[in-house]
Amino acid sequence: MPTVLPPDSVGLVTPQTLAFEEPLELDSGKTLPRYELVIETYGTLNADRSNAVLICHALSGDHHAAGYHSMEDRKPGWWDVAIGPGKPIDTNRFFVVCLNNLGGCRGSTGPTTVNPETGRVYGPDFPIVTVADWVRSQERLMRRLGISQWAAVIGGSLGGMQVMQWAISFPNLLRHAVVIAAAPKLSAQNIAFNEVARQAIFADPDFHDGYYQEHGVVPRKGLMLARMLGHITYLSDDAMRAKFGRELRAGKINFGFDVEFQVESYLRYQGTSFVDRIDANTYLLMTKALDYFDPAAEFDHDLSRAFAETSAEFLVVSFTTDWRFSPARSREIVKALLDADKRVTYAEIESSHGHDAFLVPIPDYMTVFRAYMGRVAADIEEGVA
Amino acid sequence: MRVDLEIIGDWIKPGSRVLDLGCGECTLLRQLRESHGVTGYGLELSIEKLIKCVEGGISVIQADLDEGLTPWFDADSFDYVIMTHTLQAMRHPERLLKEMVSIGREAIVTFPNMGYWKNRIQYALGGRMPVTRALPYSWYDTPNIHLCTVRDFEALCEELGLRILDREIVDSDHRSGALMRLLPNLMGEAAVYRLEKA
Repeated sequence: MPTVLPPDSVGLVTPQTLAFEEPLELDSGKTLPRYELVIETYGTLNADRSNAVLICHALSGDHHAAGYHSMEDRKPGWWDVAIGPGKPIDTNRFFVVCLNNLGGCRGSTGPTTVNPETGRVYGPDFPIVTVADWVRSQERLMRRLGISQWAAVIGGSLGGMQVMQWAISFPNLLRHAVVIAAAPKLSAQNIAFNEVARQAIFADPDFHDGYYQEHGVVPRKGLMLARMLGHITYLSDDAMRAKFGRELRAGKINFGFDVEFQVESYLRYQGTSFVDRIDANTYLLMTKALDYFDPAAEFDHDLSRAFAETSAEFLVVSFTTDWRFSPARSREIVKALLDADKRVTYAEIESSHGHDAFLVPIPDYMTVFRAYMGRVAADIEEGVA
Repeated sequence: MRVDLEIIGDWIKPGSRVLDLGCGECTLLRQLRESHGVTGYGLELSIEKLIKCVEGGISVIQADLDEGLTPWFDADSFDYVIMTHTLQAMRHPERLLKEMVSIGREAIVTFPNMGYWKNRIQYALGGRMPVTRALPYSWYDTPNIHLCTVRDFEALCEELGLRILDREIVDSDHRSGALMRLLPNLMGEAAVYRLEKA
């Protein structure tokens, strides 16, 4: 916990909840009659409302991207390395908006909130939402905040997919699109990992077909397994070797099935701490949103056609040891943008951190990011808006 | 302004679509954007140089030219594909040249001329690999793995079916002169070519 807030922190922040009473039609054909979104903002909206940037979160992220909620917080928001005064997303220049997506469990309407039609928590009855649904809800949020165009929409991993969807769905509502460690769609292997994670949750006797809240239990084991599996895919072989090697907790082999290797201990810790943060139904929904994302599908599976009408300038970033969404996947995005004759900059950052690298302050990554955001800020000053 | 860049500026039509291979800090693209209103991209491997391009507002792709251009670009995507003083550092110069005239309507290439008299003297009389202002590296620590002379290059163009549209021969200050035009392979320290598919 910080005793003094660092000077490059956005400091103490307070989330706010916005209610949307207009029904939202979803890709699934279902409708959310009303919903709430929890957001955080950092920095100040300028007089002509041209300096707003939207941060889209990944699988297990939320609205708390930067700063601290209290001086007792052990850690700052999930992307504090990138957001703050003087950081790449410089809060001295930008008004930063981050939200918890629909279907989340950190305050926005999702499986843990009460369904107004039944008076019971949604649980597994919360409709499956897609990346495009999220982007539609985020567009309403933008209007609510009195913003007519984002200076940039930014996200990593599943967040980067929302950025691409923004550029495709609302081409005139963003000037820059920053897509980090993402993919234009999941591979069969990606979907396979998601499916094993889901099956782990389903197999937990405490799952109760998703109605575990009514039974007063949580499918802890299943959720923990899902996270442990996911976490292996976020790290690289090198990163795991460097971090844990074959280190033994007790210094010797005990010929048993208790935690012996440090990596086992780490994964169990990641798994158990995840259970306290994420609702199982939310996790299931998020993995489905990932699986379904495929913006090219509506354009004869031609990604460059999907980008044809976009007008944002793109920054695409990948990381060398990311095997969940490898550089090859980012190159697909870049190739499609080049084919569509769009302005795009691509950086492939050397890193040993695997997919998690997008959350790590790697110097080259931060420098490219800062340089690009400097251009976003210059556009605002030149009144390109 | 470097004279080879000035020569390139004279060749390029305003408003063209340009790809600069091994664009460095995007000096050329920035100049051409200012002077000719060109659009396009740079390709650069070094992250430090790429960052300078980003700061300069140029769209740049981090890519290894030794992997070729086909992963990134289709045929006939650009008016000009430019490569200044990079050809000699490529693993497959001949493949890259063919790709350049395929994805661009025209290719513009510059390279240091190994046939330059100072290089010849160092090699012929000194018996050592030449080290000059244009080729400042020692043999064991050089990015230049495929050096050639003006005559070598033109022979390769012939072999690859590339038509030479323009040729300028310059010295290390990138000046041109009558003697260089008369004896290009001996007097020229660097060469600038404009090519197309024959």
